[in-house]
Amino acid sequence: MRKLLLITLLFNTLLFGAGAIEGEIQRQPLNISAIIMFLIFVAGTLGITYWASKQTKTASDFYTAGGGITGFQNGMAIAGDYMSAASFLGISGLVYLAGYDGLIYSIGFLVGWPIILFLIAERLRNLGKYTFADVAAYRLKQEPIRILAASGSIATVILYLIAQMVGSGKLIELLFGLPYEWAVVLVGTLMILYVTFGGMLATTWVQIIKAVLLLSGATFMAVMVMSQFGFSFEALFTKAVEVHPEGESIMSPGGLVSDPISAISLGVALMFGTAGLPHILMRFFTVNDAKEARKSVFYATGFIGYFYILTFIIGFGAIVLVLNHPEYLDLAKQAVSGGTPILGGKNMAAIHLSHAVGGDLFLGFISAVAFATILAVVSGLTLAGATAVSHDLYANVFEKDKCDEAKEMKVSKIATVILGIIAIGLGIAFEKQNIAFVVGLAFAIAASANFPVLFLSMFWSKLTTKGAVIGGSLGLATAIALVILGPIVWVQIFGYEEAIFPYKYPALFSVSVAFISIWFFSITDKSSSAQDEIDAYEAQNIRSQTGIGAEGAVAH
Amino acid sequence: MTQNIVEQIKNNPDYQKLVKTRSKFAWTLSIIMLVLYYAFIMVIAFKPELLGMKTGMGVMTIGIPVGIAIIIIAFVLTGIYVKRANGEFDTLTQNIKKSIEDVA
Repeated sequence: MRKLLLITLLFNTLLFGAGAIEGEIQRQPLNISAIIMFLIFVAGTLGITYWASKQTKTASDFYTAGGGITGFQNGMAIAGDYMSAASFLGISGLVYLAGYDGLIYSIGFLVGWPIILFLIAERLRNLGKYTFADVAAYRLKQEPIRILAASGSIATVILYLIAQMVGSGKLIELLFGLPYEWAVVLVGTLMILYVTFGGMLATTWVQIIKAVLLLSGATFMAVMVMSQFGFSFEALFTKAVEVHPEGESIMSPGGLVSDPISAISLGVALMFGTAGLPHILMRFFTVNDAKEARKSVFYATGFIGYFYILTFIIGFGAIVLVLNHPEYLDLAKQAVSGGTPILGGKNMAAIHLSHAVGGDLFLGFISAVAFATILAVVSGLTLAGATAVSHDLYANVFEKDKCDEAKEMKVSKIATVILGIIAIGLGIAFEKQNIAFVVGLAFAIAASANFPVLFLSMFWSKLTTKGAVIGGSLGLATAIALVILGPIVWVQIFGYEEAIFPYKYPALFSVSVAFISIWFFSITDKSSSAQDEIDAYEAQNIRSQTGIGAEGAVAH
Repeated sequence: MTQNIVEQIKNNPDYQKLVKTRSKFAWTLSIIMLVLYYAFIMVIAFKPELLGMKTGMGVMTIGIPVGIAIIIIAFVLTGIYVKRANGEFDTLTQNIKKSIEDVA
């Protein structure tokens, strides 16, 4: 029972605090080699930003790198977006603590990708230009749909940014031994530089470099672990079962998914949420055509799947090589609570393992990569948020018809700087707050507001503006309300005895509300404009199927 | 896109074939993935001991190869889709585009 409770708590932290290292952190001694390697990364990426700034002239360059990214590069960048510090440290930490349950979590995160490929990627590329709102508003009324889509995007981006900023602050204390605020200001400043000067081209390359570094580092760790066991999984698992306090139960499912409603709801959140994240959707506009878009997902799925298998090996490796090894033990904590707590908490398992297999230098490398990971993810987020402001709100709603490209780009750069400052402010404000709900809320909003409108605009001819706006807004409101009334905010943060809404993952309910109300308010919409929108589906569908009339790439 | 072209593409047999075969293929693969994933989740929710069964003499359980297999299948399914789309579907799309250019 204790294990079940522990795992439920931990899982919350993982999903809902993805990007964040939770709880009180004790600053570690200065780690010079990590700082030097991180500075090399920063210097390299700033160099790339300078190069990218020379290539970035038009709005299309800025938002989507002129559509000139290849499928392979984009696949790598998508994988980079997805392999956050939370996936790397969090999943390997979960495997370290609970064994098999870490694998369940990885699988949930991966299975959305094939669905995105089969149903969404190509249509999205064929219909859109810079944002998913281009697609959702294709045959509907521009203003209300864009306001809705931009609200969903900006809410998702800001929530996600909070988690990443707080995560970066905690990580810098743990990995580099530097103060929290340094990290927040540093990350905020660097991401403003990458995005305002280098646009999507710089953001993509930062993402690719980080993905390569992370995959190489993780591969090295996994190979080093396996080499100690003659590359036999049986030998690794046998030893892990021997030393782990939970014994053989680490080889089978624990308490991660206990009731079917939570299980399905979590699946819905992961799958539809992924397909509604603005920074992920935007990546599909950086490639030339539908063919490259589909290749992107193929490569991304491969890299992400491979990475999750590595984290599984790393977690088990940490059980054998970190657990029970006195140099990684937190003696102060052990004196109070007993057991074998490791320095910095369970999310540091992979970091300690890097030291165990590769010494101080490799520890520095992995620490630098973990921090670089956050930097890359926040850049992608900020660009997506800024694009929602400049392209959706400014150019298509507020300054409709009188906005030129130069003005639009200027607005998006200003929006980037403002978002960066907001992110720094919130990162500092939320340092001591319980942020366990923010990424979960971001996923719930993406799944309940962004995804249903986008999906039905492409697949359902009878969708009307009225249906999309009312349904999307209700989905958004339901997601927010259920998260507030749920166990994490209502009980853990507000301190009430019992949650009004019993489930931690509201997606099953809020997504249903969105779909049903979009359907209801569309079919009851008998206005003449609704009929025009329905009639326009045919032409939209032809373009989404064939790409005829789609925005092509601008050759560099 | 003019109404004229819309009508023309709509009646193009290549277009009809593309839409029909690709939709069927994409939904079939999606359903395979969804069924696999939710079957896995349901086993975990209702009968976790099934995945905890030993495969042989050692500590290895059925759950581990099953979990790794789902990751690999997800990737293989994307490969199957991309292969067919790059060949058959892209050829049909090219034909449709050509038929438009011929008229215009």
